[in-house]
Amino acid sequence: MKHCLVVDDSRVIRKVACRILSDLHFQTGEAEDGVSALAACRAKMPELILLDWSMPNMNGIEFLRTLRREKGGEHPVVLFCTTENDVAHITEAMSAGANETIMKPFDRGIIEAKLAEVGLA
Amino acid sequence: MKPDDFSFLAQLVRRRSGLVLRANKAQFIEGRLTSVLRRFGFRTMSALIHELRHGRETLARAVAEAMTTNESSFFRDRAVFDRFRDVVLPQLLERRKDSKRLRIWSAACAAGQEAYSIAMLLHDHKLVAKGWTVDLIATDISSEIIARAEGGLYTHYEVQRGLAIRRLVAHFTQDGGNWRVHENLRRMVSFRTFNLLDSFGWLDDLDVVFCRNVLLYFDQKTKSSVLEKVADTLVPDGVLVLGHTETPLTPANAFVPVDGTSHIYRHAKAAVQRLAATG
Repeated sequence: MKHCLVVDDSRVIRKVACRILSDLHFQTGEAEDGVSALAACRAKMPELILLDWSMPNMNGIEFLRTLRREKGGEHPVVLFCTTENDVAHITEAMSAGANETIMKPFDRGIIEAKLAEVGLA
Repeated sequence: MKPDDFSFLAQLVRRRSGLVLRANKAQFIEGRLTSVLRRFGFRTMSALIHELRHGRETLARAVAEAMTTNESSFFRDRAVFDRFRDVVLPQLLERRKDSKRLRIWSAACAAGQEAYSIAMLLHDHKLVAKGWTVDLIATDISSEIIARAEGGLYTHYEVQRGLAIRRLVAHFTQDGGNWRVHENLRRMVSFRTFNLLDSFGWLDDLDVVFCRNVLLYFDQKTKSSVLEKVADTLVPDGVLVLGHTETPLTPANAFVPVDGTSHIYRHAKAAVQRLAATG
């Protein structure tokens, strides 16, 4: 079973995302900010990271840039979630090393489609 | 809905669009007709059917259009599009390198996602800049959905199903909360309202026909008739792309699978010509 780390400062969004990903046969873990996400990745590198943009203690972009420099940090597929649904934000996320971007709000259909896009369906 | 009303409705829809309505879907069908009911100011389904029996043309057309399924997504059935992009399209481009002409038809295009997906693949090859003439025709029985397709405006949810983010950024502009296909891509596609039961006389010399997820709603006779007409519109080495539950079992066996795939077919004439050439 593939492991997915859901990184979001909203407990509700983490819960919803974890439920969807569990239904899609992922083992899930949670982190509420970039710092704790980085610690989780250092302990066990996940195959997939669902990453929020705006978070305290290291936002999504900072986390992603740091992750990609870590040993093994190039491996996880990162789906970057953003509420700032404009081209500039999307481009910034992709430049930072995201594999795909998800525009919030999302549902199961969108997550499934994005997983297919990155070859994890 | 009364059984004789349903029977009348089913006959009308079958005659006009080829779609087969099953009695066990009566509730679903009534749901589909709600918008027509409202639009034409009827209070009950019986009143609508009564008026239909009097042969009101605009109403009959609206009813037939309301019965069609407009569900679609960009690059729907990814494996088929991958195969088309990686195998079929490069072979076609090689075979057409002298004429530099390509004609593709999206035969039941719904809101246009399939046609724009094809346009994106063609855009990747920069065909227009290289002097190619590309005719990308997209049709649907519903004039309402064709108007939507021409506008090229899609919701937040629609652009996130099947469309890679790099394609969204490359080919769409944000328009309020929605996303609009860039004009250069919209100019590549000629949209037109067209009923697959009508004459295909205006369609000829097609290199590829995408006719996906529509034949499954037809009875065998209608399906065969449509496929025969498709075969006539294709050039001898033309390609037919079907939906993943559909097969081209026409009486004349006009199509053969391309490289073992079950959804993409080549005109059998080409296969016969190849056998003759190698034999």
